[in-house]
Amino acid sequence: MPWTRVNIDEVSARDFLNKEGLRGISYKEAIREAQHQLLSNNKDVFLLGEGIDDKGGVFGTTKGLCDIFGSERVMDLPIAENGLTGIAIGSAIAGMKPIFIHMRMDFLPMAMDQIVNHAAKWFYMTGGRVNVPLVIRSIIGRGWGSAAQHSQALHSMFLSIPGLRIVVPSTPYDAKGLLIEAVNDGNPVIFVEHRWIYDYIGYVPEEMYTVKFGKGIIRKHGNHVTLVAISMMVYEAMKAAKILESQGIDVEVIDPVTIKPMDEELIFDSIKKTGRLVIADVACKTGGVGAEIACRAVEKVFNFLKAPIKRINFPDFPTPCSPVLESAYYPNHNDICSCIKELIDGK
Amino acid sequence: MEDLTLLKIELYKKMLLIRRFEEKIRQVYSAQDMKTPVHLCIGQEAIAAGVCINLRKTDYMVTNHRGHGHCLAKGSSPKSLLSEYYGRITGCAHGKGGSMHPVDPENGILGTSAIVGGGIPIAVGTALASKLRKDGNITVVFFGDGASEEGTFHESLNFASLKKLPILFVCENNLYATNSNIKSRQPNIDIAKKAQGYGLNGVVIDGNNVMDVYNAAKSAIEMLRDGQSPSLIEYKTYRWFGHVGPDYDHEKGLRGEEELKVWLRQCPLKSFVDQLLKDNILTLQQIDEMDNEMDETLNDAISYAKSQPYPDISELYKDLFYEGAI
Repeated sequence: MPWTRVNIDEVSARDFLNKEGLRGISYKEAIREAQHQLLSNNKDVFLLGEGIDDKGGVFGTTKGLCDIFGSERVMDLPIAENGLTGIAIGSAIAGMKPIFIHMRMDFLPMAMDQIVNHAAKWFYMTGGRVNVPLVIRSIIGRGWGSAAQHSQALHSMFLSIPGLRIVVPSTPYDAKGLLIEAVNDGNPVIFVEHRWIYDYIGYVPEEMYTVKFGKGIIRKHGNHVTLVAISMMVYEAMKAAKILESQGIDVEVIDPVTIKPMDEELIFDSIKKTGRLVIADVACKTGGVGAEIACRAVEKVFNFLKAPIKRINFPDFPTPCSPVLESAYYPNHNDICSCIKELIDGK
Repeated sequence: MEDLTLLKIELYKKMLLIRRFEEKIRQVYSAQDMKTPVHLCIGQEAIAAGVCINLRKTDYMVTNHRGHGHCLAKGSSPKSLLSEYYGRITGCAHGKGGSMHPVDPENGILGTSAIVGGGIPIAVGTALASKLRKDGNITVVFFGDGASEEGTFHESLNFASLKKLPILFVCENNLYATNSNIKSRQPNIDIAKKAQGYGLNGVVIDGNNVMDVYNAAKSAIEMLRDGQSPSLIEYKTYRWFGHVGPDYDHEKGLRGEEELKVWLRQCPLKSFVDQLLKDNILTLQQIDEMDNEMDETLNDAISYAKSQPYPDISELYKDLFYEGAI
């Protein structure tokens, strides 16, 4: 299906789109288009964030929107993440549909009180009487020595907080459809984008559409090993699967699309077929989403597992600056290949 | 009767409701079947009454963990609140919130945070929504002196001033955050002055004089309705009982009894009743009748609450996510 396809490089993306006569735009353009359409179609939607009216427009994702919709609907903010998250929550319970944009996911810890104690709890705490339609867009950074405070992927921190949705789109199609779904959903949604796939191109319909939460996608079918890949790691997983295919190893690549809710049935069914599980994430290992997926697999499909579960993650260290250290820090398709080969070889 | 006389009687009724409501909780609490931490506001009733009497039903009101009085003053039903404190399904939050998390959307109470300072930005958010939606509502947020030490307080004041939002910040300065006196927590600067630093109107008022409370809130709220700058009113007051629970602090050695005695002499109800009698607005007999009537209403509310069913266990697993999405 064109909407589930992952294009691992621009040439193959262009070839595919031309051949099928489909419209292709980048991940960042897909996010911008979703917001443009949401702002046009729903007067309650507004965007807020530090510097979102800048010329660059949050790496292009809000570019020009302030000129079109004005500064009340595309609102620049003081630097006050926690307070402004509370203000966004307040506007949401009074009928607005705010999209709060953070240029780095590293800034969310400053808003933890309002996200964890307030947004996530509000609907339950009010006995289901007042809901919080709040979307928090956050961007994982990487590279050019971004170092420890501008490159964290903290999605797993929110996993153990009931009341939140966590969305990790990997393709332009999903980015647009999930963002529209996030605004429609009526609950607090942590929307996690990856800066490094902002320019990746894929099929995106011009009209508004939604991608449902809790529905994972098999990006590539295979019989030997189940490889669950999060966010940008979907691309590394597809590259690895291609290399391994030439070596006779048939990898099934699963993109959970949202990690809360998690499409565990899709993963379990795959494990029942392959008997092996590898999880590749864009974050540190301990207590991460990989641990959660592994644990659920052990709980539910233990008898189908033929080998230990493996995880591909960043080391449990802060991100270093030096290009030499940085390149050693980030795992890629080669690491996935070695990991899977070891698993198949029973090492 | 003239308007001012009626207003004074209304104010007295509101204060009396809050006082008797809290006293009733003190009476029943030792039975240990009201299983929720209660933060009583006895001694501070004039602020809730004097501020909320200026509000319309649709105006938003954001309270905090010490919120019984604010909800009653805004119009919440004692039955709905008490059922909630008793953990019953017919409570305002269906037994999910308890005393610290009242909710009453029909009266502009969209939920309550019990994190100190947590509700302040949320109130700024409802005021922002009113401005964006042009719904004509204002928001009043109540918080204590402790909350003025939180970052959210400062972030909220800055933003409300920047955007000229229709919000009244009401600081009930009762001198204590749990058991810590304000002198050990803040330099000796009026909290209202901090508001002035952010370009808001900031005034200090005697929080135990209900007419002063009322007049200050009235003029700040009239300014908001007129599209003028938001205000912060710091009402000086005192919490008679412990931070949480029905007991006096001096009985536990937490605060001195001498200090309490000074404030008991400034009881907001007593001083107002004296004034009402002196001005021939009410007679002793009328005051007794109002007292008896209030007692009966609240006894009924307690009996009602205790007769209500508990939630079914299946309720535990409901209300995590809103499911009415478009």
